[in-house]
Amino acid sequence: MIQPASPDLITVNVDGKEIAVPKGTNMIEAARRVGVDVPHYCYHSKLSIVGNCRMCLVEMGMPAVDPASKAPVIDPATGKQRVNWSPRPTIACATNASPGLHICTTSPMVKECREGVMEFLLINHPLDCPICDQAGECKLQEQSTGYGRGYSRFIEQKNVKPKRTLLGPRVMLDDERCILCSRCIRFSKEVAKDDVLGFVDRGSYSTLTCYPGKKLENNYSLNTVDICPVGALTSTDFRFKMRVWFLKQTNSIDTETSVGVNTVVWSREGVVYRITPRENGSVNDTWMPDSGRTLYKQIREGGRLEAARVSGSVADLESAVKAAAALISGAKVAVVGSGRSSVEEQFLTRKLAARAGAEAYLVSRVGQGDNLLVSTDKNPNVRGALVTGLISELPKPSLGALGERIDSGSVTTVVSVGEDLLAAGLSASQLAKVSIVYLGTHDNATSGLAKVVIPTLTVFEKHGTFVNQQFRIQRFAKAVPGPSGSSDDLVVLSKLLSAAGGEALGADVGSLWPSIASEVPALSTMAYSNIPDTGLLLDSSPWSTLAFAEEATLHFKPAAAAPKEAPRG
Amino acid sequence: MAVIQVQRKPLSLAERTYIPQVIGGLLTTIKYFFRPSETLQYPEQRPAIPPGYRGVPTLVMDPHGREKCVSCQLCEFVCPPKAIRITPGSVAQGAGVDHVEKAPQAFDIDMLRCIYCGLCEEVCPEEAIVLQNQFSMSGYGRSEMVNHKDRLYELGGTLPDKHFKWDKKKAAETGAGGHH
Amino acid sequence: MANFFFGLPLMVQGIAKGLAVILFIFPVAAACSMAERKVSAWIQRRPGPNRTIPPFFVGIPGASILQRLGIFQLAADGGKFFFKEEPLPNHVHKFYFILAPFIAMIPAFTTVTVVPFGAYLDPEGKVIPIMLANVDIGILAIFAVASLGVYSLILAGWASNSKYPFLGGVRASAQLISYELSMTLSVLPVFLWVNEPGSSGSLSLARVVEFQSHAGFWGGTWFLFTMPLSAAIFMIALFAETNRQPFDMPESEADLVGGFHTEYGAFKWSLFFVAEYANMIVGSAVFALLFLGGWNLLPWLPLSSLLEDLHRLTGSALWLNPLVSGVLSIAIFVAKVLFTIFFFMWVRWTVPRFRYDQVMRIGWKVLLPLSIANLVAYTVGIYFLQG
Repeated sequence: MIQPASPDLITVNVDGKEIAVPKGTNMIEAARRVGVDVPHYCYHSKLSIVGNCRMCLVEMGMPAVDPASKAPVIDPATGKQRVNWSPRPTIACATNASPGLHICTTSPMVKECREGVMEFLLINHPLDCPICDQAGECKLQEQSTGYGRGYSRFIEQKNVKPKRTLLGPRVMLDDERCILCSRCIRFSKEVAKDDVLGFVDRGSYSTLTCYPGKKLENNYSLNTVDICPVGALTSTDFRFKMRVWFLKQTNSIDTETSVGVNTVVWSREGVVYRITPRENGSVNDTWMPDSGRTLYKQIREGGRLEAARVSGSVADLESAVKAAAALISGAKVAVVGSGRSSVEEQFLTRKLAARAGAEAYLVSRVGQGDNLLVSTDKNPNVRGALVTGLISELPKPSLGALGERIDSGSVTTVVSVGEDLLAAGLSASQLAKVSIVYLGTHDNATSGLAKVVIPTLTVFEKHGTFVNQQFRIQRFAKAVPGPSGSSDDLVVLSKLLSAAGGEALGADVGSLWPSIASEVPALSTMAYSNIPDTGLLLDSSPWSTLAFAEEATLHFKPAAAAPKEAPRG
Repeated sequence: MAVIQVQRKPLSLAERTYIPQVIGGLLTTIKYFFRPSETLQYPEQRPAIPPGYRGVPTLVMDPHGREKCVSCQLCEFVCPPKAIRITPGSVAQGAGVDHVEKAPQAFDIDMLRCIYCGLCEEVCPEEAIVLQNQFSMSGYGRSEMVNHKDRLYELGGTLPDKHFKWDKKKAAETGAGGHH
Repeated sequence: MANFFFGLPLMVQGIAKGLAVILFIFPVAAACSMAERKVSAWIQRRPGPNRTIPPFFVGIPGASILQRLGIFQLAADGGKFFFKEEPLPNHVHKFYFILAPFIAMIPAFTTVTVVPFGAYLDPEGKVIPIMLANVDIGILAIFAVASLGVYSLILAGWASNSKYPFLGGVRASAQLISYELSMTLSVLPVFLWVNEPGSSGSLSLARVVEFQSHAGFWGGTWFLFTMPLSAAIFMIALFAETNRQPFDMPESEADLVGGFHTEYGAFKWSLFFVAEYANMIVGSAVFALLFLGGWNLLPWLPLSSLLEDLHRLTGSALWLNPLVSGVLSIAIFVAKVLFTIFFFMWVRWTVPRFRYDQVMRIGWKVLLPLSIANLVAYTVGIYFLQG
């Protein structure tokens, strides 16, 4: 028997394999650690345990001890301590591991239990798979294949329940498919704190409904769709759009706020179909806000810039870069960087600003947070700008300072990296006084006024990193190719930099990162390929004196950003 | 494995003169010369197509003229040469078949890619795609060789339905049988 | 009409007859290619070419019969050969390459001049053969000119300047030399028989037919019956001389792609094609004259007796008219030629091609000794019979 390495660890035996697990681990998690899959529906690691699906039934046993002396009972045949197996199966989700616990997931009884549970679950489940959006990622499909009996003995009429019930603007309910696991109810209550869902009626009449007069319309409603093990809850946005087995999964980051929710972008042949959360226990658990799931629509939205323009006429990238470099060199330049740019882009922006002798500005986007996964800073990467040295203090609420310099004539050229200067507080008359170089994805007022417009890519079309509110650097990857005519921001910036007389730097993350590591102290030990999928926490101490806008959210407390320094205020 | 040497049978004198063989051959050919031709005059006469023939894949309707395909995209998935391309969509409300919920918006089969393997027919849970008797496809360009949804239904026509699965579902929904 | 014709100068008569023959041979040679396709189709129980019809012929009665016989296909193919691009590969000797197909046509049409293709009764009741040139050297002229045909094949093979045509040309020359001997030797008994010792001899083909028209059992017998071995050797050699299967070594598409005409296409290629069939026609005509009694309808029923019988039976003097008798005799002769051509095709679609070594072995080791033995045997026989 393996001795526990620390007093917090206890040893359990799963199908004959011994493993040390922390106290309080339930049997499903303990089994998962040795690679044994215990099928389940209602259990979710981030939600409370109800144990109502009964799918995770396993056999458990404890080492036999003599009742009187508490001495271990040794089996004379094997020379080992005997195990007293419980005569009845136990649900693995609601049973915590105790020292010496034996779990058996392979016995005939467990097999029969699973078959029985599957049979009951499938009795009233409709034969909807061809039209069900969950098909392909459906736990019921997977587990009836893995643990079901393979054929149906049910000849009676199936239960009929309402289909196509709208629970909220984004969630559609098909009651027939529901297996009453109550994950969605628990999520609404425990995580979203919007307790609108519940079961009504009894027995086979049981139905999931909203409380009368309420709707499932909070900003986290689509997480119920993600955690629904069957196709009962479907997203009205993704409904009937594409089967999941065609979709390619690409790890990405939600750019909506500085929380940096880890996401998966699902795309097929250059078209993004949906965005779902990716588990990261330090950032977003397994959740994400609904608002971040529709960001992919900007890719195909109208107003996408399709070709570089110089003074309003279409030009190729090289001549546009040349024109932009001509506007920059020798002029009095200001650079408006973006908190939405990746770390790499901000690094190149800094280099460009330094080359042009320009002052760099950042547009501030402080708004309302919800203290869960939407923070108050709507820029995903303000800390990246700090880390790379693009800015040294937090962005001002408006670009008033830049406006004054334009008015005084000390700025004649403004380079905007994806920022709409009009929306950021400069007036049209101020913009008329300067030559604007605009790098961006979509048409806006600034691109209309700009001398040089170079189309770039959205976050779904390029690689890069963001630094979130925890100073956690996280990677995002290219999910789909960009539209023809637009170029990677890194390519544009590095071309612009060398055209303006600066050094020639790499135009993709792989070749750029050595330069970043050598010049940015906080990133000096890193390489792009070394950043894990769950991100890497940076040392935030150099910026601990700054008054960041964020309030507390999931896994984040403002004070925790500077644990070693004295807290603010 | 033993190697068995087979001795060639020695030719007889008549065989060596080659004459009886030639005459026999001439008799055979003249016999066939006067027999009627075996050829099927193709465009006018059509061959009898045996049951189970795998012709051009088509979409069929049920006997009530309703679309059977629910755009589950299994055929698109299983298709080895990736000849099938489906854009799924919802059934319009009030179409009388709302309860089916899902139907293809677009359904294209590229017959330049199709290899007539029949896997789409085999995989279809709705028995909506069927390889029927049509075997001759022609067109003046690549685009003409792509069968769109309307063409697929035109080729497919109506086939008898053994199950009327969705009718049963609707009957259960509206009539007796289940709760509610 | 007949008087008008014979009233014309001999020169004009000759030219008219020559043109008539060329105008006959050329389309017939072309039609033979269609016949070949049809015969092969019927032997293989196919319909053969039967679909082509010009749109303006659709609906005309009888046109569908022509359609089914492939006549329009023939016209379409001919038209195609005229109008399609003439390929001329870069590596060929252009002059000889272009010359070769024309040379192929020359022997085919030259040999026709000494081939009688009919006869008519002159007012005295004498049978006069119809031919362009009734020269005494008849058969010799044919053999001499026909062997020139191989030059076109050799020229084509050599001028093409690539290996398959070259091999085809080499084979053609070797094969022709090999079978020429047997062919010549096989017909000698016929002429020994025809030309009695002591009398003035002639190698004219008309003379051979005339001999087969004599009265009496031996006189009216066709040489096919009295000299079957000669006929067989002559026929086999004829196959080889005209490069017909099973002796089509020069072409031999299985191993030589297209043989001597691999590099040819379009009209030049079709000239080779027509020449082959023209050679076949002439060869068949010679065979019919030598062994099948020429324009005599049946053995022991010579043309003159046939016409007299018809005259007696119908009571019409029309049958003794030179024009009618001429046309009738030509029809009989052409029927025999066509049957012989059919036999060529029949054999082609029955017997597979020999290997080149087999062709050589048959020619030198079988046919040549056989024809020599045949000649000796008949020489001795004729000596005792006629001497």
